[in-house]
Amino acid sequence: MTAPTLEVRNLCTHFFTRAGVVRAVDDVSFTVRRGQVLGLVGESGSGKTVTGFSIMGLVDAPGRIVSGSILFQGKDLASLSEEEMRHLRGNRIAMIFQDPMMTLNPVLRIDTQMIETVQAHEKVSDDEARARARDALGMVGIPSPDERLKSYPHQFSGGMRQRVAIAIALLHRPDLIVADEPTTALDVTIQGQILAEVQKLCANTGTAMIWITHDLSVVAGLADDIAVMYAGKVVEYGDVGEVLDTPLHPYTHGLIGSVPSRNKRGEPLRQIPGMTPSLLNLPEGCAFRARCPRAQTDCVQRPELREWLPARFARCHHPHREEAAAA
Amino acid sequence: MSVYLLRRLIQAVGVVLAMSLIVFVGVFAIGDPVEILISPDADQMERERAIKALGLDLPLWQQYGIFLGKALQGDLGRSFVFNEPALTLIMQRMPATLELALAATFGAILIGLPLGLYAGLRPNSVGSKAIMAGSILGFSLPTFWVGLMLIMVFAVQLGWLPSTGRGETVTILGTRWSFFTMDGLAHMVMPALNLALFKISLVIRLTRAGVRETMLMDYVKFARAKGLSPFRVTFVHVFKNILIPVVTVTGLEFGSTIAFSVVTESIFAWPGMGKLIIDSINVLDRPVIVAYLMIIVLMFITINLIVDLTYSVLDPRVRLEGK
Ligand SMILES: Nc1ncnc2c1ncn2[C@@H]1O[C@H](COP(=O)(O)OP(=O)(O)O)[C@@H](O)[C@H]1O
Ligand code: SF4
Ligand SMILES: [Mg+2]
Repeated sequence: MTAPTLEVRNLCTHFFTRAGVVRAVDDVSFTVRRGQVLGLVGESGSGKTVTGFSIMGLVDAPGRIVSGSILFQGKDLASLSEEEMRHLRGNRIAMIFQDPMMTLNPVLRIDTQMIETVQAHEKVSDDEARARARDALGMVGIPSPDERLKSYPHQFSGGMRQRVAIAIALLHRPDLIVADEPTTALDVTIQGQILAEVQKLCANTGTAMIWITHDLSVVAGLADDIAVMYAGKVVEYGDVGEVLDTPLHPYTHGLIGSVPSRNKRGEPLRQIPGMTPSLLNLPEGCAFRARCPRAQTDCVQRPELREWLPARFARCHHPHREEAAAA
Repeated sequence: MSVYLLRRLIQAVGVVLAMSLIVFVGVFAIGDPVEILISPDADQMERERAIKALGLDLPLWQQYGIFLGKALQGDLGRSFVFNEPALTLIMQRMPATLELALAATFGAILIGLPLGLYAGLRPNSVGSKAIMAGSILGFSLPTFWVGLMLIMVFAVQLGWLPSTGRGETVTILGTRWSFFTMDGLAHMVMPALNLALFKISLVIRLTRAGVRETMLMDYVKFARAKGLSPFRVTFVHVFKNILIPVVTVTGLEFGSTIAFSVVTESIFAWPGMGKLIIDSINVLDRPVIVAYLMIIVLMFITINLIVDLTYSVLDPRVRLEGK
């Protein structure tokens, strides 16, 4: 069997700030195979974006990958030089950012920003690069791409800008795309369209994808596997259908309870009580302890990510094991 | 576009009118030129005739009216001292000042941009700290003192550079320029540097702040995520964005450079408008003072307009189509 497209093992990325060490990503592991979609889910501030930047090699000071490995097609990205990493970026591994209004350079035309991406990794003529850019725009459903290439970002709507960003990510038919909440800033209909298109593209090209979101309903229809993050750690990991039907971790349980569609009509939306803890000075033991309905005295011991059922992982001393096993 | 220009034009006329009134009243308040212009042993008759000839016997509002009427026909009055049209006097000296101010401005950008870029990209290096400390000196040292020090060191002690005048000039399009002869350039180095000092510091600080701010933008991270070389990220993605504030501010500063050249021109005996205005103030040559100030006002207005138009070229978001 060939190596999976991406294998992240015990990744820790910390920020060394004046106020102290922020453990933004603290022991994150998951695997993404060719043509598969991993949904990376968690509340805002749980470390999803930093995980994405770690894979891209784009963590800036005061942040740094302190331990763990990121194996891309069997090769450890952390051991690559900056120059070697640069040749992978935008070429074999691409990223789509959260806020489409901010990702395109406001003073450069779309064609400039696309052609430079083509030519960063391949020696091709301007004409050929332009043709590739135009095809990519057409592929993500932008009408009259020839004309649109000459526009500036501010002449596009948010949805169109995100399509351009996706087109840029697709230029070199990457093996892996990290999509960081690419539809969160867009309205629901456009979100649906883009989701459908991206899914089709990945299925056709065998591209593996990490789809970062805080919206469980998006993941349900899109992902193969799901990794749930809480306070910098993966707390649950497994097949998306199984995890959503019978979550093991109390946090995942709470999250699913707070998705409107899964509630009975008329029943008030359940919220997970309490607040996300500050990543500075996290308490010893389980970070979810203060909010957890199942917490017991042994939860002051740090739980490890454990395979409770075949291919079902959870970081918890008292998971919802019986329900899951019964299913 | 044309509506926009028309509105700017009407605004400009208003500003010029208001300024002319302020200038006229202000200059009137400075002192009576009669005491300086007419020799002390002239008798009463001669005095009165001179006062009448200069139009100084009329009440202020009448003098202003006459001035305004003539100004509309392009006549800003005759110099009391040279007995020549004030406008002609100023125009003769303007190229020298413009040349100096342009050299100072481009020098400031040429020196300030790279230094600011370096300081912004490596904010914690020793070099950057030295550059920033230097820029504080550039801001706070008085121009005249720096000018004198330059002369002391490079003209008196080392004898490398000449310290007065424009040197050899060539005549192009009917005006004399120092820029095109080696001797002229040698004469220009020190005054241009002196005039540029404040501006170099300004460009350094603007560039550094711009770089540091822009580096944090998502689009710079996205540019890196595309696998672009660090060179292209810096000199295309970052640079094009910081160019906007730098060009705007140095452009707007061009007016003050011309106004400030008064000090530098006096120190280096540079025969420009600044030197003329200082001499004219000394002898209360009212028409020249008024004409000079009016021309400076016009210049500021023109510069602002040009900067606005340039700005819209650099920043596609403010293209004027919509206005
Ligand atoms: N440059 C930084 N300096 C310090 N802390 C940071 C920095 N970037 C991110 N963090 C911290 O890392 C944590 C995770 O952030 P992020 O990955 O953006 O969360 P998410 O994408 O899940 O909303 C946050 O608590 C944030 O405070
Ligand atoms: S370890 Fe304890 S506190 Fe943490 S989620 Fe499990 S039951 Fe709750
Ligand atoms: Mg995020």
